[in-house]
Amino acid sequence: MSEPILSVRGVSKTYASGVHALHAVDLDINKGEIFALLGPNGAGKTTLISIICGIVTPSTGTITVGGFDAIGQPKRARRQIGLVPQELATDMFETVESTCRFSRGLFGHPQKSGHIDEVLKDLSLYEKRKAKIMELSGGMKRRVLIAKALAHEPDILFLDEPTAGVDVELRRDMWKLVHRLREKGTTIILTTHYIEEAEEMADRVGVISGGKLLVVDEKAALMKKLGKRELDIALNEAMDTIPGELGDWDLSLENEGKTLRYVFDAQAERTGIPSLLRKLADLNIGFKDLETSKSSLEDIFVDLVKEGGK
Amino acid sequence: MNVHGILAIYKFEMARALRTLWQSLVTPVITTSLYFVVFGGALGSQIKEVDGIAYGSFIVPGLIMMSLLTQSISNASIGIYFPKFTGTIFELLSAPISSMEMVIGFVGAAATKSVVLGLIILATAALFVPIPIHHPFAMVAFLLLTSITFSLFGFIIGVWAKGFEQLNFVPALLITPLTFLGGAFYSISKLPDPWRTFSLFNPVVYLVSGFRWSFFDKGDVPVGISLAATGGFMLLCLVTIAWIFRTGYRLKN
Repeated sequence: MSEPILSVRGVSKTYASGVHALHAVDLDINKGEIFALLGPNGAGKTTLISIICGIVTPSTGTITVGGFDAIGQPKRARRQIGLVPQELATDMFETVESTCRFSRGLFGHPQKSGHIDEVLKDLSLYEKRKAKIMELSGGMKRRVLIAKALAHEPDILFLDEPTAGVDVELRRDMWKLVHRLREKGTTIILTTHYIEEAEEMADRVGVISGGKLLVVDEKAALMKKLGKRELDIALNEAMDTIPGELGDWDLSLENEGKTLRYVFDAQAERTGIPSLLRKLADLNIGFKDLETSKSSLEDIFVDLVKEGGK
Repeated sequence: MNVHGILAIYKFEMARALRTLWQSLVTPVITTSLYFVVFGGALGSQIKEVDGIAYGSFIVPGLIMMSLLTQSISNASIGIYFPKFTGTIFELLSAPISSMEMVIGFVGAAATKSVVLGLIILATAALFVPIPIHHPFAMVAFLLLTSITFSLFGFIIGVWAKGFEQLNFVPALLITPLTFLGGAFYSISKLPDPWRTFSLFNPVVYLVSGFRWSFFDKGDVPVGISLAATGGFMLLCLVTIAWIFRTGYRLKN
């Protein structure tokens, strides 16, 4: 396997307030891959990205970007990185084009209008290039932030919650853009708290919670692990206990006994649902509604943390 | 050296001034003209001369200094405070640009604006009163040195400030009184002791005195001391800024 383009070793962060945001994180990112960092709010995703990009100083650990130490040779390391932050922080009075030029210059590149035009066209911003940023909608502002990051031709692009608060159409566009960038050879690291987003976009997924990187794996492998689903059966009459005859299924009672919940593995060949329903009919247990859902990310984290503890 | 980065910041800051050209240049010019009407016209007819210089001419260096100090501080402090306020500072912090390069960009732009402003005020003043310039090189040197020094100082205030109130606090509560008491409108040699001695602790006295010397060949304190005091303050600001970037004080977590 080739050298990773980004290597994080033993990075931890304790803020001055005493909050332990990260605990000894190790992570390798391969050149040209799309990596999704999945985790609930407050898990340490943004802290980790901020440390790699040089905005937050790590308490311990080292970071190597394309062979350059991020602390020892920050210029060489940072030049390769583009960051699209979570917050829509823009220079409101600037025009789209001038703010992109600023980013390009700031990262040490001579102005070359062709490249910025191309980026703006790619993001459907070209028509708006002379518009002031304050006149743009929220979705457009996010595109501007992406354009700014791409203006200096980074090898690695960080997208911090790129689809948070974004409408469906823009989300689709964003996914397409990420795939196009990958085709051009850009390595992409994105954070998200939507499983389906990681599923849609990423090659590999890392799950982070409570400042710890719990698992890093190929997407397919991880989705199998995480792919638990729930079937909620709304009962006609509330139950106190689950009848012993139903012991073969992983069942629990919710909603004061009015809902019977069955947790199953969606990837498995036999889900056990038809047999469960037949059994319920045999036992004369009436139900009026069925609802399946993917188990929430929080549930999955709870499982992972439990596994990690074993 | 990230020259493109320095230029990007410099141009960005200059563009900001051009966008607000009215408040950046016209307001100080009008204010200065008002000082002329009040101090030069109304009061000047009573005072006539200070140290053998017509009062109207005598106050010109002090007036320029006053604008230079307040504008350098406000330009440079807003320049760095605003990105902190809007959150766009993430880009500056993540860019491959050294702290020194960042300071050159911000402070260079703020100082440029101050120098231009000083020259405009000088030209405005020349419309009202005759202004001899005995030491033009020293005059330009003081103009540059003061603009750079106080833009550095403004940069520090911009990093330190946590809100717009604090941003105005230092110029309003420190710089304006020090300028008024720093001999902008009078010669401190005319003050009775102990006020004269007290005044020597006011750094602005040395700026105004040195600047006035470059015009009229006369100052309250020897020009060498003026130069040394200004240079000393500049050094202090540079050391503070170096410390800010080394520790990340109020910039980085």
